[in-house]
Amino acid sequence: MASETAIRAEGLVKHFKEIKAVDGVDLEVPAGTVYGVLGPNGAGKTTTVRMLATLLRPDAGTATVFGNDIVADPSAVRTQVSLTGQYASLDEDLTGAENLVLLSRLYGFGKPAARSRAENLLEAFGLTYAAGKQVKSYSGGMRRRLDIAASIIITPKLLFLDEPTTGLDPRSRNQVWEVIRTIVGEGTTVLLTTQYLEEADQLASRIAVIDTGKVIAEGTPGQLKSSVGAGSIKLRLHHTDQRDHARTVLSGALNAEVELDDDPVALTARLLPGQDNAVQGAHALSELAKAGILVDDFSLGQPSLDEVFLALTERVDA
Amino acid sequence: MAFTETKTSTDQDAPAPVEKERLRKLLNQGERPAPPSAFASARAFAWRSMLKIKHVPEQLGDILVFPIIMLLMFTYLFGGAIAGGTGDYLQFLLPGIMVMSIVMTTIYTGMSVNIDINKGVSDRFRTLPIWRAAPMVGYLLADMFRYAAAGAIMFGTGMVMGYRPEGGAVGVLLGVGLLLVFCFAFSWVWTWLGLITRSEKTVMSISMSIMFPLTFLSNIMVDPSTMPGWLQPVVENTPISQLVDGVRGLFDGTSPSEGILTTLIWSAGFIAVFGFLTLRAYNRK
Repeated sequence: MASETAIRAEGLVKHFKEIKAVDGVDLEVPAGTVYGVLGPNGAGKTTTVRMLATLLRPDAGTATVFGNDIVADPSAVRTQVSLTGQYASLDEDLTGAENLVLLSRLYGFGKPAARSRAENLLEAFGLTYAAGKQVKSYSGGMRRRLDIAASIIITPKLLFLDEPTTGLDPRSRNQVWEVIRTIVGEGTTVLLTTQYLEEADQLASRIAVIDTGKVIAEGTPGQLKSSVGAGSIKLRLHHTDQRDHARTVLSGALNAEVELDDDPVALTARLLPGQDNAVQGAHALSELAKAGILVDDFSLGQPSLDEVFLALTERVDA
Repeated sequence: MAFTETKTSTDQDAPAPVEKERLRKLLNQGERPAPPSAFASARAFAWRSMLKIKHVPEQLGDILVFPIIMLLMFTYLFGGAIAGGTGDYLQFLLPGIMVMSIVMTTIYTGMSVNIDINKGVSDRFRTLPIWRAAPMVGYLLADMFRYAAAGAIMFGTGMVMGYRPEGGAVGVLLGVGLLLVFCFAFSWVWTWLGLITRSEKTVMSISMSIMFPLTFLSNIMVDPSTMPGWLQPVVENTPISQLVDGVRGLFDGTSPSEGILTTLIWSAGFIAVFGFLTLRAYNRK
């Protein structure tokens, strides 16, 4: 089972008029894992997902979902996948319960079975109290959860989640993450698109970075991050006039590149790969303290998505 | 000053947490019922449409009030001028005005389809392993209920105003049945339009510019023999005039076989051509 492939896409292309939304995407998604598709707005993530979910016909290229061709045999694909779109795929005029009963009926459940399925799902997702309210009145987090509940009325072999946490508050986001982990834990493959490196890092076992319709990098989160750099130290100083001094101290202590930020008291040092980040951070702090530089804020972080993109696109251009 | 914690959130905004154990159990039930039949899926969509009427009852207002206004207006405004009296004119007008106001409301189906397609919910429907026409057929089935209700209300109002059908109850039921068959078939024009246009407003303006000439260039309000000679063959052969011939004949008890037959042929044609176009547009969306 470990070697089974959930999605295999080769050279997928989709144009909208002159715009090449997707420009030759290759993907290989192993079954039973979360696969992250990471990219900024307009990178072609949603278009890729819509093609794989049989909602859009590719202009060129081929793709199979568990061996079924998305163009030649879309109905076979539809029996195995569920989609939770970027905008809630629910009927806003109906109540939460009615949405789930309707969809259960459309999956072939009889009336009593559909009702109990809907009830159980609402309970599992903590939505029982809102079962009789129109979806219109739901908050973003409630909608998301109802949407995911609708996607697992029948446990799909493959679940597409298109930016499931965009626009959610941190608590709702954590709940959605918990749900995704639980779903994958029970054997469903998840293809997750996201704009956030942190989200992909938290959930995905492999990530494809996509930009202007192309996959520009692919690998495990660890591989991806180390390809960009080990991370960085961000500092905010107490006195603006100490910044130049701090820069000299840091670049001496870390033997690393130090950048001055737009914020006049902030600076960023890129850490060297292959060394312990915490050790480098501690060393940097003690050197700054010795030099008498007052630090208000100190953070040690992974490369941000911006940095990943910058690094990756620079490499493509070179 | 230290921050004081204020309790503003109520249970409303603080839903119970996700229950992982329950979720796991649900995921593992692995129950996979056989996909629903074409009819069962269309019926589920019809149920959805009825629920929408329940939650947004305003939408029924147009469909029920508009026909009554039409009936009252045309009878009392034009009756004297056209037929020399409102009583005779009502006898002539009622079947036609019923056709006109109900066929006009078929436009709403196209608008509903358009609204759906522009929302995420249609993505969900289109990834389900169901009969592709089911969402549209579901709408049309629920619409049959609305049309029947509109027909009953118009007929009741007509009776109060003095209308008497010579064809009796059987004639009236058959006439309304013919009207419903035609409406079901004709609606596919709008479902197609709803799928290929950008917004519901476009659906509205295009369909209105088709419906107005089509209903006025007909035998609904006046006898075509009063029109100029070159216009008569055009007016007499539109699908709406043929339908009105059929319905009026059935109401009057004159068994108008020609009107009925042509209407059924037109209906079959609409379903074949626009049903095909609708499904093709739906699959390409």
